[in-house]
Amino acid sequence: MSEGHSTYTPTSGLGRWFDARLPLPRLVYDSFVAYPVPRNLNYFWAFGGILSIMLVAQILTGIVLAMHYVSDTHLAFGSVEKIMRDVNSGWLLRYMHSNGASFFFIAVYLHIMRGLYYGSYKAPRELLWILGCIIYLLMMATGFMGYVLPWGQMSFWGATVITGFFTAIPLVGTWIQELLLGGFAVDNPTLNRFFALHYLLPFMIAGVVVLHVWALHVVGQNNPTGIEVKSKTDTVAFTPYATVKDAFGMLVFLLVFAYFIFYMPNYLGHPDNYTVANPLKTPAHIVPEWYFLPFYAILRAITFNIGPINSKLGGVLAMFGSIAVLFVVPWLDTSKVRSAVYRPWYKLFFWIFVADAIFLGWLGSRPAEGSYVAMAQVATLYYFAFFLVIMPLLGLIETPRRLPNSITEAVLEKNRGSGSAHPEGAAASPETRG
Amino acid sequence: MSATDTQDPNRRDFLYVATGMAGVVGAGAFAWPFIDQMRPDASTLALSTVEVDVSSLTPGTSLVVKWRGKPVVVRNRTPEEMKSGEDVKLSDLKDPIARNANLPSDAPATDANRTTPGKEAWMVMVQVCTHLGCIPLGQEGEFGGWFCPCHGSVYDTAGRIRHGPAPENMAIPVFKFISDTKVLIG
Repeated sequence: MSEGHSTYTPTSGLGRWFDARLPLPRLVYDSFVAYPVPRNLNYFWAFGGILSIMLVAQILTGIVLAMHYVSDTHLAFGSVEKIMRDVNSGWLLRYMHSNGASFFFIAVYLHIMRGLYYGSYKAPRELLWILGCIIYLLMMATGFMGYVLPWGQMSFWGATVITGFFTAIPLVGTWIQELLLGGFAVDNPTLNRFFALHYLLPFMIAGVVVLHVWALHVVGQNNPTGIEVKSKTDTVAFTPYATVKDAFGMLVFLLVFAYFIFYMPNYLGHPDNYTVANPLKTPAHIVPEWYFLPFYAILRAITFNIGPINSKLGGVLAMFGSIAVLFVVPWLDTSKVRSAVYRPWYKLFFWIFVADAIFLGWLGSRPAEGSYVAMAQVATLYYFAFFLVIMPLLGLIETPRRLPNSITEAVLEKNRGSGSAHPEGAAASPETRG
Repeated sequence: MSATDTQDPNRRDFLYVATGMAGVVGAGAFAWPFIDQMRPDASTLALSTVEVDVSSLTPGTSLVVKWRGKPVVVRNRTPEEMKSGEDVKLSDLKDPIARNANLPSDAPATDANRTTPGKEAWMVMVQVCTHLGCIPLGQEGEFGGWFCPCHGSVYDTAGRIRHGPAPENMAIPVFKFISDTKVLIG
């Protein structure tokens, strides 16, 4: 779509001079002003912009926090408390950063769900989807290492458990774990390298975001019908239509974000992390940050050996597999129809999947005992079955609903449907409505 | 010269492959120090032995020392704990190997093999769960040994895994009694 001719015409002499030497204003104009977007995008398309804002906000607050933080096991916990009590506005910046991580993940989960619901991963958007999965992986690594920095009990034991995953690898596991830790247990070398990497990774995320947006502008946006843009009437200009809609979405999102920062800043955290790390005492109940809970539940669901794979390696493989499976979703889904709007059965299984993922998250916060284990095993089974069985089979046996011929037709049909109760409205020219 | 150049593979193919291989070896040699620096450094490795005074331990008490950043428990076991450890059949164990750094790597996990000869009452053990590295609680769980609160692994009075997700018995480090009241770990 963006491969079409540019409509940018510099109005000033300086603009023409600049355009002939570095056409940066032209790139911005073509990408964020004249760029044609499908006319039927709903608010779920606002999360791309929201995620960009969150990345910038995290980098800004993170850089200033790094000016006050000390990555030494003896000083780290105290330096975070100093930020909270002594540094001017430090409490606000830290709460913005710690809650910002949670809201970054809320936005990314809604963004991924949007993609799964409307089939945004299907050809020709496979690479766009895979780049998104890479960003998500980098976000998880960044979030995990950031949580270690305050050097509380959950920081320490979360790091111990998560780096412990690597010891499940046969033969080289312990060597890899010691390479990651820089010692035999989580200690000062670990904290230092995690701080260095926590500072680095967001810039790598920004780099992959550039590729993600580039790929998006080559293939164009998907839309709620999943039908490709066919003519000019299917689209509207990015500015003002998408700009205003995105801005409103961001505003609502940031309002909720602000509510958490000012009224419940520790709601998404864990009180044990306000106790300084103690390598000789494990908290009674270790839980990761809420955004890792579904994967934590999958890890703990494998309590049995599978052939030559023992339960520990099996759990780690299942957990990594639950993320790895996202990368191959474009090839697992065999349906010719993109959007769940026209796939009655897929829609049903999709919402069961969403409920299943939330259920897994809840199970991850429970202790791994009794009936919780069995429930986690059933939920894990559905998680994998959704991708590996339902997606491939459903595309072959499901009868989709009739697809409109174009986005314009879908929009007009919808308007006619809602207008039928008001005959005078239906008589008016529907094309004039957005 | 021109005759040899047209043969397949010719001199130029050889140069390409040789240059490429030298490049790969060079890149590997350049990358190595960047990986190598991440390994435990000399000061970390230097902390590899500790001497513990155990004269205060009466049967049924234990103490914990930090060795290589990990807790090592020294426990003077009660006769009942020793008996319950000795009564276990090897076939009931999830991990039948002793995991004792002082013994061959295939030694069976008998109660005696989890301790040191002549000091069978004493357990010297890295008190780290072999699942994901949490610290099990002592004298808890259905076997009266150790219980890991993180993911529910249950160990017996000889620190052997009996139930739960942990794959191995807790590790016995290299140690020896240098006198009746002193243990050297590492």
